[in-house]
Amino acid sequence: MPNSALVIGGGIAGIQTALDIADAGFHVYLVEKEPSVGGRMAQLDKTFPTLDCSACILTPKMVDVARHPNIELITYSEVCNITNGASDFYATIKKKPRYVDTNKCTGCGSCAEACRLKGRVTDTFNAGMGKRSAIYVPFPQAVPLKYTVDPTQCVYLTRGVCGKTFLCKDACKADAIDFTQKEEIVELNVGAIVVATGFDPFDAALKPELGYGIYPNVITSLQFERLSSASGPTAGKILLNGKEPREVVFVQCVGSRDVTTGNLYCSRVCCMITAKHAHLVKDKIHDANVTIFYADMRAFGKGFEEFYDRVRAEGVNYRRGYVSEIYAAGGQTPKRDGKLVVRSEDTLIGKPIETTADLVVLSVGLVPRVETNTLAQILQLTNSSDGFLAEAHPKMLPVDTKINGVYLAGVAQGPKDIPDAVAHAKAAASAAIVRLRSRQSSVASQQ
Amino acid sequence: MFDTESLVQQYELTACIQCGKCTGGCPIALKSALNPRALVYQMLRGEEFELVSRGELWDCTTCATCGLRCPKGVKAVDLIIALRAQWIESGKIPTTLRAPLTATLNQGNPLVLPREDRSLWADGLNVKNVADGAGIAMFTCCENAYDPRVQAMPRALVNLLRAANQDFGTLGLDEQCCGSEVRRIGEAGLFEYLRDDNLEKFRAARVSKMVTTSPHCFNVFKNEYGKHAIPVEHYTQTLAHLIADGALKFSKKFQATITYQDPCFLGKQNGIYDEPRAILKAIPGAKFVEMDRSRERSVCCEGGGGRMWLEGTNSQVRLANDRIAHALDTGANILATACPFCFLTLSDAVIATGNEEKIKVMDILQIANAAI
Amino acid sequence: MKSQIGVYICHCGLNIANTVDVEQVREFARILPNVAIARNYTYMCSDPGQALITNDIRDLGLTHVVVASCSPRMHEPTFRATIHKAGLNPYVLEMANIREQCSWVHSDRTLATLKAMDLIASAVAKVALLVPLQEREVKVTQSALVIGGGIAGMTATLDIANAGFQVCLVEKQTHLGGRVAQLDTTFPTQERVADLLAPVLRAITTHPNIRVITNADVEKVDGFIGNFRATIRARPTFVDAMKCDACGKCVDACPVNVPDAFDANLTTRRAIYRAPDARFVIDARACSFVQDRVCRSDPRCAAVCDRNAIDFSQTENLVEINIGAIIVATGAATFDATKKPELGFGTYSNVITSLQFERLAARQELQSVKDVVFVSCVGSRDATTGNTYCSRVCCMVNAKQARRIQEKFPDARVTVFYADVRAFGKGHEEFYDAVRKTGVRYRRGYVSEIFAAGGQTPKRDQKLIVRAEDTLIQKPIEVSADLVVLGIGMTPRAETNEIANVLGLPRSGDGFLLEIHPKLRPVETAVDGVFLAGACQGPKDIVDTIAQARAAASSAFASLCRGQVKIESATARVDEEVCAGCGLCVATCPYGAPALIARTGTARVNQVLCKGCGACEAACPSKAIQVMQCTPRQVLAQIAVLA
Repeated sequence: MPNSALVIGGGIAGIQTALDIADAGFHVYLVEKEPSVGGRMAQLDKTFPTLDCSACILTPKMVDVARHPNIELITYSEVCNITNGASDFYATIKKKPRYVDTNKCTGCGSCAEACRLKGRVTDTFNAGMGKRSAIYVPFPQAVPLKYTVDPTQCVYLTRGVCGKTFLCKDACKADAIDFTQKEEIVELNVGAIVVATGFDPFDAALKPELGYGIYPNVITSLQFERLSSASGPTAGKILLNGKEPREVVFVQCVGSRDVTTGNLYCSRVCCMITAKHAHLVKDKIHDANVTIFYADMRAFGKGFEEFYDRVRAEGVNYRRGYVSEIYAAGGQTPKRDGKLVVRSEDTLIGKPIETTADLVVLSVGLVPRVETNTLAQILQLTNSSDGFLAEAHPKMLPVDTKINGVYLAGVAQGPKDIPDAVAHAKAAASAAIVRLRSRQSSVASQQ
Repeated sequence: MFDTESLVQQYELTACIQCGKCTGGCPIALKSALNPRALVYQMLRGEEFELVSRGELWDCTTCATCGLRCPKGVKAVDLIIALRAQWIESGKIPTTLRAPLTATLNQGNPLVLPREDRSLWADGLNVKNVADGAGIAMFTCCENAYDPRVQAMPRALVNLLRAANQDFGTLGLDEQCCGSEVRRIGEAGLFEYLRDDNLEKFRAARVSKMVTTSPHCFNVFKNEYGKHAIPVEHYTQTLAHLIADGALKFSKKFQATITYQDPCFLGKQNGIYDEPRAILKAIPGAKFVEMDRSRERSVCCEGGGGRMWLEGTNSQVRLANDRIAHALDTGANILATACPFCFLTLSDAVIATGNEEKIKVMDILQIANAAI
Repeated sequence: MKSQIGVYICHCGLNIANTVDVEQVREFARILPNVAIARNYTYMCSDPGQALITNDIRDLGLTHVVVASCSPRMHEPTFRATIHKAGLNPYVLEMANIREQCSWVHSDRTLATLKAMDLIASAVAKVALLVPLQEREVKVTQSALVIGGGIAGMTATLDIANAGFQVCLVEKQTHLGGRVAQLDTTFPTQERVADLLAPVLRAITTHPNIRVITNADVEKVDGFIGNFRATIRARPTFVDAMKCDACGKCVDACPVNVPDAFDANLTTRRAIYRAPDARFVIDARACSFVQDRVCRSDPRCAAVCDRNAIDFSQTENLVEINIGAIIVATGAATFDATKKPELGFGTYSNVITSLQFERLAARQELQSVKDVVFVSCVGSRDATTGNTYCSRVCCMVNAKQARRIQEKFPDARVTVFYADVRAFGKGHEEFYDAVRKTGVRYRRGYVSEIFAAGGQTPKRDQKLIVRAEDTLIQKPIEVSADLVVLGIGMTPRAETNEIANVLGLPRSGDGFLLEIHPKLRPVETAVDGVFLAGACQGPKDIVDTIAQARAAASSAFASLCRGQVKIESATARVDEEVCAGCGLCVATCPYGAPALIARTGTARVNQVLCKGCGACEAACPSKAIQVMQCTPRQVLAQIAVLA
């Protein structure tokens, strides 16, 4: 129906936009590419500066979205085409087959228990820090709580045969598993579109001097979130190969403010994410030696500077200087859990220094999602020079785009922390509501 | 004295945010007063200083790590070279540099040896002159041409190219210094003379493609010879292609455990990491092992940037010695490299550390030659 | 009738089942008093889980339901809807939180199982005593009040008006535009603010749905979400705008000179003056005639006015409006730089604030200068001023102004002293890069002291010495300056307290107004129907302010669009037979819900205002006031089982 909105992306920005538009009485289609809504926020452990559990504050919103009478959740689906009508849009949505009948699936998990690949598939939700089955829910609080067969991993789907019998099918008491499912195409007619596609973390392997991908104890900040999360692979214990690190080094601006990566911009969240991580390390390993290498500490939001003060008071060492190189202590061939040497200059003493570490956490920046360019083409949107989607005016129109009726929400427009993303998402909702209401009244006046 | 303002402009130093990534990565900074970040800041503050009080400027090996890692695109190494140039211009040339520079001007090489001896390395090989019509010009490098310790390298390359049926020649007595180190010492005028003279000689000999034995010659031809530069390959690229194409085959076993030192001018500065390894991995009988600090994180041998003729302010600590320890740690008995400077500094370090029984430095050319 | 209770124990996948023996718990629950059925299931919130409950209600005639699972914050609405669907009142549900309060916080399986049993027994004891409650909705007045006519207030106003609702925009000053109107250019785009603001002002003043009341304060707000009543006190300007032809003769006649706050006190103006929106107004506080009925000028302004536009008989005007939602957009003040005496503001005329710089630039009065120093974090990140927070905009303001000077006067030596450059917004880091490229020097270190060169007594425009440590060379340095610009921070407005009191809004530690949740609800407040926009909630640049203002509008839309709003059902009720009319509940309630009724002499609770927090229940000496579903009887039953 043209008096409805399409929200693309089911992270916190998309969820908030959908809720606001739906609360104002309009129908919303919320399209999410992954099997569950939740987005990046669902992967986080705690949030700064209040240290609220991310899942605990997010899940009620996810449940709200699923329960809202005005919201139609279309998960595991992608927008593949948009055509502009006179004052509305026609969207073509591709629903990928889950190979699970969502009407029958109870989310019991016996299929995943039975899967031949149980514990062998890299768990992307855990940022590669754990393993799952080929049939999975990304995380226990997933909405909808319906299992999905990973088509890139499932033995049957990749090789055409999975032993003598389908272990998952046999295990499913609800008879929900259906390998005959095909891709479905859904056509929607909407009056407004909000793009809330979020970000990918910067690929730290593009900074080879930092040893990511070479040393297992060099991890990204997103991996640290999973390591620290109670629902993560170590149940919230900061352990690497079963051992607690004593010396932890955090590296700022990995893939941000850096011409060598082409990302000239500041990613806006990493300083505080690292401050939070440093706190969590000190909280869980009291006598750990924690060092943060930075160039400018950007603690700008409400309560941020105060949190930065608190973290320093907890004994975290801030040393001013970017990390230049990471290598194994003693120069030996890489081996698991070996001590690392972190080379940098402490610019406040004017000397190059070497700091040893059991764990190095790279504070990776935010980059536009890989799909951003495709989506920009579909919607005829432009990118800013940083690759994020361009708003209509950098000061006055942060959520509008050059296409009337298409709005941006959250990090799709540029890096943001959660409150700024939520405010931005609500602003996009407001823009969409204003449009839908004025369409409504113009239709009413015509009749 | 010098004009800091014009240096700031010329090298776009205002981009610097004083993050220290340059100094943090500088292989020399830990053993010397050299601090690229502080140097840039001094320029930004407009503070001039007596150059002669900054002997550490000659410690820089021009490995270029500072500039390659800079998040704001500042090339501190270029500033250091510019300051060296100011120093040279003032006439206070460090004594050990005088003879090499004069000889480069007069004899076309910094080894202070006669121009007419340049082809002695090729005695008995009957290598033709490229001017007589050859697809590839092989550029020997002064070090390889004159220094008996490394003359085996170009000879090996001749053998290998012949084994692969390649049509190549040399510039004969028309070959002279490429100017790479001259430029890095700060002798900009001499460099420009050599560049123009070489380009003229290449043109006269109708050179259309070159292969060099030294990464330093390769780098300067590729990146600093301007728009008239001739297409150039380092020999590791050429050999890796020949091996991949099946033109070069190894028939003999070379029983050894080999690790590899990335020359800064080949690896970090030109991104050529895979080709040298591809050659070593193709050698029958050889086992290739990697040092932890390799590729983008490799450690400079301290042979570049004119350091072949300068001891530096701290000769107590030598990176090449560390490098031997790193190599031994891998269990290798051969430390391979692909650069005459690396070969010489590392070979000296094997002796200095008393490890002659345990490890031997070899150029990839020597290893490959032994396997055909 | 005997209660028939169903108990449903959720495994929550393994979240509960891993730590709690759910089968043992089920066995235990089945034999509790009045329990007709007890079941366990992997995910009770899933559709099949909910079906278990609805089927049992239908087949077994259950009267009450206990769900033992996660926190009620999570799924209470889910299960209320479930039992409602099966014909029960949604309020005869009790949840036992055996996840957050049990399985997630314990590791000993035996003890955790015992605790889960206790929690369920306790819930069963209470649930039978629960009474059905009615879900209630109230009608919403479909219009809004926006307090503050800066960029935040104007943006929110326009969105609400464009959605078809009436909006009343109240501005304290005589003109709209707020702080932004004082600025010269924006960062990082360097556009003229006046050009950006003009279309917004035009839209506001011409919009049929918008009523603007300037020179006015919101004095009183009564009511509750959807049904507020606001009293607005509009002050007179003593100039009849319909008659005034802006000739300006009155200004020449006026004998009073006062600092012009709009120009950040860089200039003076008369008591009657041309306001920034080009209208002529009288500043009542400055005008001696308004204050004391005397004026030393002859002829006076009123006498020189050809059109008789000046009218001292104008009086204050009280406007009462009914609205459904309120947006607070009262902005922020700038830090008073005299509170940092070491920086010489107020002592040296060539030490100015960043706001004064904006005015100089806007007035095109930037003088050619040789040495300029910008000082960061003046009144921010500074415990000595009590402002420990970062003001979020000053780094970029400094950068923009430094660039302006450097580009206008290429020979100038421009130095910015800083500790951390916080260029975090879209295009900000790139702008910071461009600023350094113009030749502006950044030196790391806070400025410690500013004094006159040569130590002579202060005189106009003399050279100053700026003392700081350059922490990157670890040396104290002295930089000479012809002009010093202090990057002053934002502080809560002095009036914030008043507006907080009028609306009953709490403030955060930094003095700004407090949002209800710092991460997920950045514009909502503790008072339903009242929302925050812009710098009144905390420092923000223009673009973040605009986003937040539109966010506030979006929040207001939820009730405005529907025309109805759901209100809490589990509220406090007064047993009037027991109530002695002591009024303790009235004094205790943070929401002003109870009131004493004169006729009966007893208290009564406004059900719309009550949030069911229970403060009154605890305070009431006679237990006359009780919160539904948390009555003493219910709670004591719950406790008794545990004893």
